Amino acid sequence: MEELIASVVRGLGIGSTYALIAVGFVIVYRATDVVNFAHPALMILGAYYTSWFTFTVGLPFVLAVPAAMVSVAVLAALCERIAMRPMVGEPPFAAAMVTVGVFFVLFVLAFRLIGTTVITMGDPWGLERVTVLGVRLFQVDLAKTVIALVAIGAVAAFLKRSRIGLAMRATALDQEVAMAQGVKVGRVFGLSWAIAGATAGLAGMLIGTAAGGVEPVTALVALKALPVIILGGLDSVEGTVPAGIAIGIAESLTRTYQPAYAPWLGANVDVVVPYLIMILVLMVRPYGIFGTRQVQRI
Amino acid sequence: MAIVRPLGQALPSTAAEVAAGEAVLEVEDLTLRLGGTTAVSDVGFHVERGELFCLIGPNGAGKTSVFNCLSGFYRPQQGRITFLGESLVGQRPDRIAERGVARTFQNIELFENLTVLDNLMLGRHRHLPYGVLAGILHAGAARRIELDNRRKVEDIIDFLEIEAHRKFPVGMLPYGVKKRVELGRALAMEPKLLLLDEPVAGMNVEETEDMARFILDIRAELGVTIILVEHDMGVVMDLADRVMVLDFGRRIALGTPAQIQRDPRVIAAYLGDGDAGEVGPPRADDGGEVRP
Repeated sequence: MEELIASVVRGLGIGSTYALIAVGFVIVYRATDVVNFAHPALMILGAYYTSWFTFTVGLPFVLAVPAAMVSVAVLAALCERIAMRPMVGEPPFAAAMVTVGVFFVLFVLAFRLIGTTVITMGDPWGLERVTVLGVRLFQVDLAKTVIALVAIGAVAAFLKRSRIGLAMRATALDQEVAMAQGVKVGRVFGLSWAIAGATAGLAGMLIGTAAGGVEPVTALVALKALPVIILGGLDSVEGTVPAGIAIGIAESLTRTYQPAYAPWLGANVDVVVPYLIMILVLMVRPYGIFGTRQVQRI
Repeated sequence: MAIVRPLGQALPSTAAEVAAGEAVLEVEDLTLRLGGTTAVSDVGFHVERGELFCLIGPNGAGKTSVFNCLSGFYRPQQGRITFLGESLVGQRPDRIAERGVARTFQNIELFENLTVLDNLMLGRHRHLPYGVLAGILHAGAARRIELDNRRKVEDIIDFLEIEAHRKFPVGMLPYGVKKRVELGRALAMEPKLLLLDEPVAGMNVEETEDMARFILDIRAELGVTIILVEHDMGVVMDLADRVMVLDFGRRIALGTPAQIQRDPRVIAAYLGDGDAGEVGPPRADDGGEVRP
């Protein structure tokens, strides 16, 4: 029983982090109709900046994290201004290819900055455990869950409250018509990248805390956000939370029980589970559980 | 049934913002070349406050191109466009919209996945002054502004008689209703100048009459200056104060509906010239003008 609870809580932790990564994809998609393949690199740079502000600058952890988020947000907004703004009005597929280019530029930058070493974040929870209702849990799992969910809640509330949220949906659907309503399309795009960058920065920190640390290839972890957005719906910020948690718990439970109950499947099956779920969802509900079904009138 | 507030109470009249007798829009020597063709050639006209000005002409005459120049989607190579004393040439579409020029499109351009309400709220975009930080920090004030705007949107929905469709995604609605929603979105901007591109195209007689009534009511209650592109001659002749006729990008006539109907050049443009001798005299001079 304790094993099950600990495993579920670990799933909550990684799942919430996946959800936070997914929110970054969703925001850029909602505003620009483009899947941003540069997002994993932004995440890694978030981990790098957290580490840099902590160890090189000497900021306390609670200040290093927001500083890293702002740095990545600025970097993301710069990428948008330089590489993506000229793509306004071009087909989304072409723009998505440009994000692949931006990914490699940022990835090379991450290699330059991080090198071949593994960096750590100087996180306050480390491998500490706490006892909740008689169950010993890793503090990091609880911290990840709370931080990620609060951040997602803040983003969702902002999109709902401010006029920017509706303007983002409008620019994604039709840039020219949005302009005719007085929406400043360029500013909406820049803002969506900046918000996505900030969430990527935070997610990078969460990925790198506790055990492990971060090296450039950790960027691949961000691809776990793809099953999350497929499950939650590519245009739904709220959908990322249940979807991320479901993926995280499925992965965690597989890691705990598969070696004992289905050893014939081999090692590292838990890494594949999110993608298996993605394929299943694509077959049944291609627009996701919470996504907008395409409206079509014939 | 809710009591429908007259539109004049729901939205401020824009007539007060324009001095009487002042031209709302002045266009001079407008020339637009698209690739090798000259879509608009040396066109000039002015539209007075509260006027309902119609733009007609055969297909490809350049009517929509003129609209696209006015709303900033095309940049004319030559000419001046002055709206309430300010030049519009070279301005971005969102800046022009902010100044109070709203438009509808020939082939409805709504946000199909959004509801009728959200589409109209987007029309209110320039009236929602709170930005990024205010949206988070001043939740109270932002909320009040939002409610105020929502009320105006509801009044417009009542006025256009589309209450039943408020929460439906626009993509699911029939064509005639979409046309009204697009008019509503333009109205929601509280425009000083309203550009309507074929508002009754593809409509049956009843729908056309409804739309004509809406347009007349909008002008009567709000005093908005309206420029209309339309092919339905019945609507044009009934509604217009003045009509400008374009053919191959050139202005061939400008005058009251009665003058236009008698103009030989207009008849020639619509029915062909030269061989069709019985219809009207052949066109003497392509660039000629008939002054009202």
